[in-house]
Amino acid sequence: MPKVEVKNLYKIYGSKPLKALDMVKNGISKDELLGKTGNGIGINNANFVIEEGEIFVIMGLSGSGKSTIIRCLNRLIEPTAGEIIIDGENLCTCNKDKLLEIRRKKITMVFQHFALLPHRTVAENAAFGLEIQNMSKEQRKEKAYEALAMVGLKGYEESYPSELSGGMQQRVGLARALATDADILLMDEAFSALDPLIRKEMQDELMELQASMKKTIVFITHDLDEALKIGDRIAIMKEGVVVQVGTPEDILDNPADEYVSTFTKDVNRTKVLSAAAVMKKPDYVVTRKDGIHMAVRKMKDASISSIFVISKEKMLLGLVTIDSAIEAIKKGETELTSLLIQDFDRTSPDTSLEELLPIAIRTKYPIAVVDEQNKLLGIIVRVTVLAGIAGEEIENV
Amino acid sequence: MFRLPLGDYFDYLVHWLQDHGETVFDGIKDSGMWVIEHLEDILLFLPWWLLVIIFIALGYFLSGKKLAILSGLGLCLIYSLDLWEETIETLSLVFTATFLALIIGIPLGIWIAKNNTAEKIIQPILDFMQTMPAFVYLIPAVMFFGLGKMPGAIATIIFAMPPVVRLTNLGIRQVPEDVIEAAVSFGSTSDQMLIKVQLPLAMPTILTGINQTIMLSLSMVVISAMIGARGLGEVVLNGVTQMQIGKGFEGGIAVVIFAIILDRLTQSIGKSKTRKRKA
Ligand SMILES: Nc1ncnc2c1ncn2[C@@H]1O[C@H](COP(=O)(O)OP(=O)(O)OP(=O)(O)O)[C@@H](O)[C@H]1O
Ligand SMILES: [Mg+2]
Repeated sequence: MPKVEVKNLYKIYGSKPLKALDMVKNGISKDELLGKTGNGIGINNANFVIEEGEIFVIMGLSGSGKSTIIRCLNRLIEPTAGEIIIDGENLCTCNKDKLLEIRRKKITMVFQHFALLPHRTVAENAAFGLEIQNMSKEQRKEKAYEALAMVGLKGYEESYPSELSGGMQQRVGLARALATDADILLMDEAFSALDPLIRKEMQDELMELQASMKKTIVFITHDLDEALKIGDRIAIMKEGVVVQVGTPEDILDNPADEYVSTFTKDVNRTKVLSAAAVMKKPDYVVTRKDGIHMAVRKMKDASISSIFVISKEKMLLGLVTIDSAIEAIKKGETELTSLLIQDFDRTSPDTSLEELLPIAIRTKYPIAVVDEQNKLLGIIVRVTVLAGIAGEEIENV
Repeated sequence: MFRLPLGDYFDYLVHWLQDHGETVFDGIKDSGMWVIEHLEDILLFLPWWLLVIIFIALGYFLSGKKLAILSGLGLCLIYSLDLWEETIETLSLVFTATFLALIIGIPLGIWIAKNNTAEKIIQPILDFMQTMPAFVYLIPAVMFFGLGKMPGAIATIIFAMPPVVRLTNLGIRQVPEDVIEAAVSFGSTSDQMLIKVQLPLAMPTILTGINQTIMLSLSMVVISAMIGARGLGEVVLNGVTQMQIGKGFEGGIAVVIFAIILDRLTQSIGKSKTRKRKA
């Protein structure tokens, strides 16, 4: 069961939204509607699921409805129509008490401009959510201190927010959110107000924290690099419509439309694409018992100068070059084992293209993509790397 | 030409209220007078120097040496002018009026901050209270409450209350939207929001409103004296009407000294609050 499920969600701003909703369902455009009734479209029929433990990034240009949609997830904004199912319960129909309960225990939020209380110390800020739940003073202090230690603010507990830098203030915001132990974390452009270096640091730290916390995180950004870096999956929004949801590689390789590709065209693909994304299927391989003749035939068929040798279980045994194979045939040998060489490069499937690039340029053999058990998953040759960078379809190479 | 008989309507309203609201007005008058008179008795019962010391201490703890010295010198000057009793009378009236203005004004400010319709209705009434010349409601006040301190207090409340209402409203509305959102997102009820977020963040603005209300109350002492509220106002009034310019000046100086002391004291409450969060 997904953690959060958004079904046919609409948000119409302005008066008489239900009347405008019908027009929107009939396909009126955002500008047309604004001209006709004065209503604005915040969200237009959004459908997606968020899985437990993933970082779900929502991207889009300014005004595309990102903040609106994330605020519907804890009903800071009331949706006009549709359903939001969280852990099997419909958030949109639950009563006031239930809503408070969900906000206190299940969902929490981090804000772009930190939204701290200036008259309270860092620890009192971090304890805010717990205080709202009427937790005892000592208990919430203890939890607040713990949360602050987690985000690296040990020693600043009794300072005031105005004494901290922006990055540190946002850590307080994060600690405040973590202190409640809610399992869904909403972050609306949480790092956008920070300067680039601090921002990168915070991204790294969030990912580190996430590795141990396994929260479900909804993260809004309009920075594609940030989205690709931290997102397990990315949703792209345009004028209230969710135009595409997919993994970073999906979004880069198969942009759903023009709008999405304008987003992705400037991206540094080498940072995002992994070996797994550009590798070829290992179609031309031989097993040990195939023998030398078979190996030579396959190399000739594929017009390649070397071929990987695998075991029955697809474990990578080594590489045979065509020169050594022909030599061996002349000598009348049939066994492959003695010809195997090992001085080629191996890589794991999640290695980035950025790291593969220098290897691909240097090596004279293909690169083998293997998993932890040394099973051959794919092959990378220089052209596939270049094609991946250029964003070409790998199959055409 | 047609003339709208607005004045007649007002006349009628005042008389109607006078006829039908007697018990209500008497009740208000009695309880108000009780507070004013007891406060007066207590303050007069204390030896004058003790009161001076209290003000010096207040000045010292709220602000520092400077304000302590200012308070001490100022009050001694008033005493040496032989205006102590009048000052206490004025002080009691001003305190009572301010206290009532705050008791009504702050909740009213909170209410209109949270309710746009209420704001739209109350705002013009506040304009009215502040700009309508005091004499216009002084006479009805006398008709309802008789001559003396009570109509003076009522007139003072009417004139002095608007700033604290407005600034409470403003202070609460100025609380940044994302801080409100944050409080809601953590599951605050509206009471928790008010107490833990809105009032603390609005406090500097509200304190400014309180300060304004005290200042305006003091500025009403002469007008109140016209309907028998006595105190320093009467000293000034007598000075003017009986051509005793020097005596009137002394009364005026005493009002100014008190105004300055109360102003600095209330301002430093606000500052000492904000200092804590900046330091
Ligand atoms: N309170 C509101 N009343 C009317 N229209 C609104 C309101 N809030 C947002 N909108 C409109 O809804 C649309 C989506 O706004 P939203 O704030 O969700 O965009 P966003 O993607 O978060 O943009 P940004 O990147 O600038 O934060 C915009 O066209 C905006 O003008
Ligand atoms: Mg936004």
